[in-house]
Amino acid sequence: MNSADENFELREIQRLEGHTDRVWGVAWKPATGVNGVPAVLASCSGDKTVCIWEQSPATGSFQQKAVLEETHTRTVRSCMWSPSGKLLATASFDATTAIWEDVAGDFECISNLEGHENEVKSVSWNASGSLLATCGRDKSVWIWELLPHNEFDCVSVLQGHTQDVKMVQWHPSMDILFSCSYDNTIKVWAEDGDSDDWHCVQTLGESNSGHSSTIWALSFNTNGDKMVSCSDDLTVKVWGADIMRMHSGDGNVPWAHLCTLSGYHDRTIFSVHWSREGIIASGAADDAIRLFVESIDGLVGEPSYKLLLKKEKAHDMDVNAVQWGSTENSLLASASDDGTVKIWQLTSSS
Amino acid sequence: MVSGLINANPIVYGKKDHRARTAPVQVDEYAAEPIDQQEIFDHIRDIKDPEHPYSLEDLKVITEDAIEVDDKKSRVRVTFTPTVEHCSMATVIGLCLRVKLIRCLPRRYKVDIRVAPGTHATEAAVNKQLNDKERLAAALENPNLVDMVDECLVPSYE
Repeated sequence: MNSADENFELREIQRLEGHTDRVWGVAWKPATGVNGVPAVLASCSGDKTVCIWEQSPATGSFQQKAVLEETHTRTVRSCMWSPSGKLLATASFDATTAIWEDVAGDFECISNLEGHENEVKSVSWNASGSLLATCGRDKSVWIWELLPHNEFDCVSVLQGHTQDVKMVQWHPSMDILFSCSYDNTIKVWAEDGDSDDWHCVQTLGESNSGHSSTIWALSFNTNGDKMVSCSDDLTVKVWGADIMRMHSGDGNVPWAHLCTLSGYHDRTIFSVHWSREGIIASGAADDAIRLFVESIDGLVGEPSYKLLLKKEKAHDMDVNAVQWGSTENSLLASASDDGTVKIWQLTSSS
Repeated sequence: MVSGLINANPIVYGKKDHRARTAPVQVDEYAAEPIDQQEIFDHIRDIKDPEHPYSLEDLKVITEDAIEVDDKKSRVRVTFTPTVEHCSMATVIGLCLRVKLIRCLPRRYKVDIRVAPGTHATEAAVNKQLNDKERLAAALENPNLVDMVDECLVPSYE
């Protein structure tokens, strides 16, 4: 995208109030917000509930459609829709992961995954929706398989991280799992052939030009050949791998550090998300949202990124999550300690 | 809970006088007064040590000088000195400081808590834990810990 001559702005569309405690995460429902289907967003909170918000086609404003409550007994830390949008997984400090089914607007908890010893911090579906991953303070990463009749079976319990695991994220096209932790590393997990035997194939630590403190989140670009991570060390890092080799079935294609964005954040960065158009959004503890794009001025073969814009005081308190919508309208959702969710639109005036 | 006290014989230093503030000459009743070091200290000086019937000020766990505040930037950093190097109560003290300040300060404030450099055997580990918001949130959902913290904070509300 040619950003050189354009003035970009992150315009606040709406402020969603309803939660009675900090909002930890947001998740756009797939296949909504396009082709005339109204956009739907889930938000999860310290108030132990998940709110479902739907955009009105007539007015464009988001209304609260449902509240998923009386299931989790502690903070709901993370939520993610299955790729089909039929199921919503919610991860909680109560050590369980609940699976909800959307039956014509009514949400029902159809399954509860137990196993973690304490707080579950993140949940992620793979690209096909056949696998679910969770992670938590017990330092483990669990992989679950979705069976017929919405039953789940634990496929693997992955040990390796030496501390609290903050987030898990599946690769956008391959069944490769990534996790990031309080132990300052990112781990890559893959299956050994067809043996259902999952193991750690790579660890990205300080010696790989990695982070020097807790890594809070990771996100992939649409191609799946780049990954961005953010940390308590005040940097955002971009990593790359040879996607052609990955797709050709090469087992262990290593990830390498490409670029470090430092000097842009002066407090912990809690969330990063890569849009379909290649814009990286970050949400940080200084209440701001920042957008980065690849810089065309970089040397050939050496990608570099520049700040596209900084939205100061995006919220009144820490921004815990940012997520681009699956829409043509460049919508961004953000969640904050101030108890609100905000919907933004990226606009340009050239 | 540990049955034996970590530090059975702490040194008690005594309190600094709670000095009266001098009234400014021109008073704009609606102007918010910038929050300063003394105000922050007043919020936390009477917090009770988790193990002894003394305040954090009495035991010189916190001093006014160890508070750095920038009201314009809404930042405060409190550096505290545990009474002994291996003090496992350090995380509880840190938690008490943070909870009290979050409750008393405007929500725009960012609070950083750390142990004084060189005063604790696992300084980096303690500091990391004290500043991990998610870990703190989870810890504060533990009723036993909340009771302990609330008990330490009672004298600081008077």
